[in-house]
Amino acid sequence: MLGVNTVIAISLCYVAILFMVAFLAERRATRGNATWLHSPLIYTLSLSIYCTAWTFYGAVGYAARSGLEFVTIYLGPTLMMIGWWWILRKLVRIGRAQRITSIADLVSSRFGKSTSLGVIVTVISVVAATPYIALQLQSVTLSFAVFAQSDGQLWQDADLNATAMWVAVGLFVFTVIFGTRNLDANERHHGIVMAIAVEAVVKLIALLAVGVFVVWGVAGGPAEMMTRIDNSDVVLWDQNGGRWVSLLFLSGAALLCLPRMFQVLVVENADERHLAIASWAFPTYLLLMSLFVVPIAVVGLDLLPAGSNPDLFVLTVPLQEGKQGLAMLSFLGGFSSATSMVMVATIALATMVSNHIVVPMWLSMRPSQQAVMSGDIRHVILLARRLSIAGVLFLGLVYYRVSGGGTALAAIGLVSFSGAVQILPAMLGGVFWRGASRLGAAAGLLTGLAFWLWTLFLPSFGAESLIGQTVMEQGPYGLSWLRPQAMFGIVGLDPLVHGLLWSMLLNAGMFILVSLVTFPTPLERLQGAQFVNVFEHSAAAPAWTTAAAGAEDLLIMAQRIMGSEQAQAIFEREAARQGKNGFLPEVTPNFVELLERELAGSVGAATAHAMVGQLIGGSGVSVEDLIAVADEAAQILEYSNRLEAKSSEQEQTARALRDANDKLTALSIQKDAFLSQISHELRTPMTSIRSFSDILRDGDIPLSDQKRYSGIIHDEAIRLTGLLDDLLDLSVLENGQVMLHVNTGNLGVLIERAIGAASGLEDTLEIVCAPELAQMTVTTDLDRLVQVFINLIANARKYCDAEHQRLKISVLVREGTYLIDFVDNGSGIAIENQQLIFEKFSRVADGSKAGGAGLGLAICREIMRRLGGDITYLPGQYGTAFRVTLPK
Amino acid sequence: MSNGLKSKIFLEQAGYRQRRLRDALRFWPIFGCILLVIPLLWASEPADHALDTNALIYIFGVWVLLIAVTAIMARRLRVDDAPDPDFKP
Repeated sequence: MLGVNTVIAISLCYVAILFMVAFLAERRATRGNATWLHSPLIYTLSLSIYCTAWTFYGAVGYAARSGLEFVTIYLGPTLMMIGWWWILRKLVRIGRAQRITSIADLVSSRFGKSTSLGVIVTVISVVAATPYIALQLQSVTLSFAVFAQSDGQLWQDADLNATAMWVAVGLFVFTVIFGTRNLDANERHHGIVMAIAVEAVVKLIALLAVGVFVVWGVAGGPAEMMTRIDNSDVVLWDQNGGRWVSLLFLSGAALLCLPRMFQVLVVENADERHLAIASWAFPTYLLLMSLFVVPIAVVGLDLLPAGSNPDLFVLTVPLQEGKQGLAMLSFLGGFSSATSMVMVATIALATMVSNHIVVPMWLSMRPSQQAVMSGDIRHVILLARRLSIAGVLFLGLVYYRVSGGGTALAAIGLVSFSGAVQILPAMLGGVFWRGASRLGAAAGLLTGLAFWLWTLFLPSFGAESLIGQTVMEQGPYGLSWLRPQAMFGIVGLDPLVHGLLWSMLLNAGMFILVSLVTFPTPLERLQGAQFVNVFEHSAAAPAWTTAAAGAEDLLIMAQRIMGSEQAQAIFEREAARQGKNGFLPEVTPNFVELLERELAGSVGAATAHAMVGQLIGGSGVSVEDLIAVADEAAQILEYSNRLEAKSSEQEQTARALRDANDKLTALSIQKDAFLSQISHELRTPMTSIRSFSDILRDGDIPLSDQKRYSGIIHDEAIRLTGLLDDLLDLSVLENGQVMLHVNTGNLGVLIERAIGAASGLEDTLEIVCAPELAQMTVTTDLDRLVQVFINLIANARKYCDAEHQRLKISVLVREGTYLIDFVDNGSGIAIENQQLIFEKFSRVADGSKAGGAGLGLAICREIMRRLGGDITYLPGQYGTAFRVTLPK
Repeated sequence: MSNGLKSKIFLEQAGYRQRRLRDALRFWPIFGCILLVIPLLWASEPADHALDTNALIYIFGVWVLLIAVTAIMARRLRVDDAPDPDFKP
């Protein structure tokens, strides 16, 4: 026989093993090689905390009492999981984007980071979880009692209470050690998660083992089992449709709303892809957990004496058959179910209590600036979490003592579920409906809470304990329409369906109605847009418009919450992003937003917002910002703007392509023209050279003519060479291959050089130089510059058609450039030709007068552009005028 | 040239398949709900044991079907951070 002491010893060993597992996981995680801790398998197994001791023990009792109705508790979550694309994916994405720490944080953050909503949701969650935690304590205690009974002792209430207390103390120690290690709720609790995963496997194996034993060991095979089920007294299918549908809804909604499920599903989710795998793996787990429930119930009813508690068949059937080891395994399964649930539930609840109740209270008790600048907030928060864990466990114990531990497990579980799902309208409304408002959410939540307390929670303590029999039957003060199980005079409904129906209906109704008639604050609308459109809005709009706080103050505050290392890392990263050294970045609204979100990961959105607000001092988001970032119209506008930008971009590209094509065509035409020009230019001197050399070759010419002809040949050859030199020069300049020899020289001297070089024998040109020229120096390629000057002076000599040729050279200094003007007293150049003169081979005057091939000005322009200046025709000067611009 | 065209068409098809798969993912739980309330329509007399085993087999059968189809869809689905391509604001 397994004595109680043996059972206690074995469970202590089991706890020690779990402790080791958690410790090792924690250590590996801190060493950084924890990738396998982020696997979808661990994620799925951690979801198994949905299957608590209620499931482990209670499902069999449930099946023995109500047949197949128990599967609804698993089918609801199954439907929710296979529909993950609808809701869960969005919740997980929001959880990550907004750094959500708990379900209270989700609701509070969505509705304008409201502290009061956080408090309401926290209160609902704690009250709803209390019966559930009591249930776990009760089941562990009862299972100890079973072993005591088989050992020949009959436990009294005192023994049960003492056991419950010791279990609670043990759970408290374990949870505090591994659950309040780090402050950031978004950082995974590796130790706890690993311990839960191990427990998930243990409870599955235990239940399957009992099931296999029952089907093959007791009944003798599946076929025999089916006959047994057929012949048993258990009525499997006698379902009340209302209850069936209500329970499917209730359990599905509970998967989202239970704080512990939200913790493992959303907060501890490391990767969205894990959801895809969990969407079928978790339902599979649930299926396996419920596969043998009916056989165990049927066999239990057959084997055990009438009146035995069906809730404990998982334990008592193996004991009855003398399978001590199996009974012990089954005990460990139940123990695992209870402990893992309590650990996660208390962590989730403690996070909510500390972030939404304790810390805001602590902050409000201090003067505003001092609160965030002094005092060790980290210690306050951690202490608050530890005390909250103790408080939640204590409440569970109280409920256990008050309720007397006698009620059927399933009934308590359902009461707890229906309390938690009161959060559903606010949560789903907040995530899918932008019109949902803070006041609407508060009204709905409070209405739901009130109706749930009255119709389900208070009656759950039993008829005579909190609500008297007369009130149950006739209503308070004789108001019969307020009877807890027949509200508004509607009788005959199942109490659970009744309570759930009224609380959810009025909850959702108030939520929608009040949301419709109230007007949300700017921050609410901003958050609403970010939540509802989480898949479209990746970039958050900053909720702060003014950023008056010093970076140093913000750093001090952040260090107090996140610890100095993490805070400094954030500040340093931001400073580096802004291109600054050190730890103090520019305090931009975007940075404040980022910092607030990081802080929210530790203390929740509402508290983080309040703390940042105290430092920033400025107003939060304004209506104008809101119109810009969150208004529907703005969004549509933005989208169409984006489209427009895209199409105009394409248009630009098309235009650029068209331009390029035109240019290429023009270039090709130019090239043809250039070739024909150049052949013409080369051909003319060549023709005369050829004809004169023909004459010379024939002989018979007088010496004087010989001399004249060879003179012509010589001149033409020189002209050709000059032309080819010019061409070469131009091509070098145009290709940018020219080497510049930069020197400093005096402008006046340079002009003198040019005049000297350009003067002919019979000089008719009078040149007037401005005296300022002699005082100016330039730093450039002087030879090239002189080449330009020579060209301009020579042009004036060649083309000036005035009787008395005169060229005026003047200089101006404007904005760091020299403007050197060459103005003659000729008749100037017609407007239509002014642009043309700089083109190659362009000659405005008739060719006979000009000696060149029309390359001079083209070369000048190329040179000046190489020198960083330009040469332009200067109109309106009563003569031909050129302006040379040159950087100083 | 033809190769590039082919691969482009193939990509388009793959994207189309993904979008329809997401539609299937959306429809599937609705289907599941309907399948799971169908037994309520069965005529039931108290203590009708033939119905009992039928219901047991039916419920667990639907359950297995739901899981299997979800698993197949999950395997084929590409979950990435890209926004829903069907989204039109």
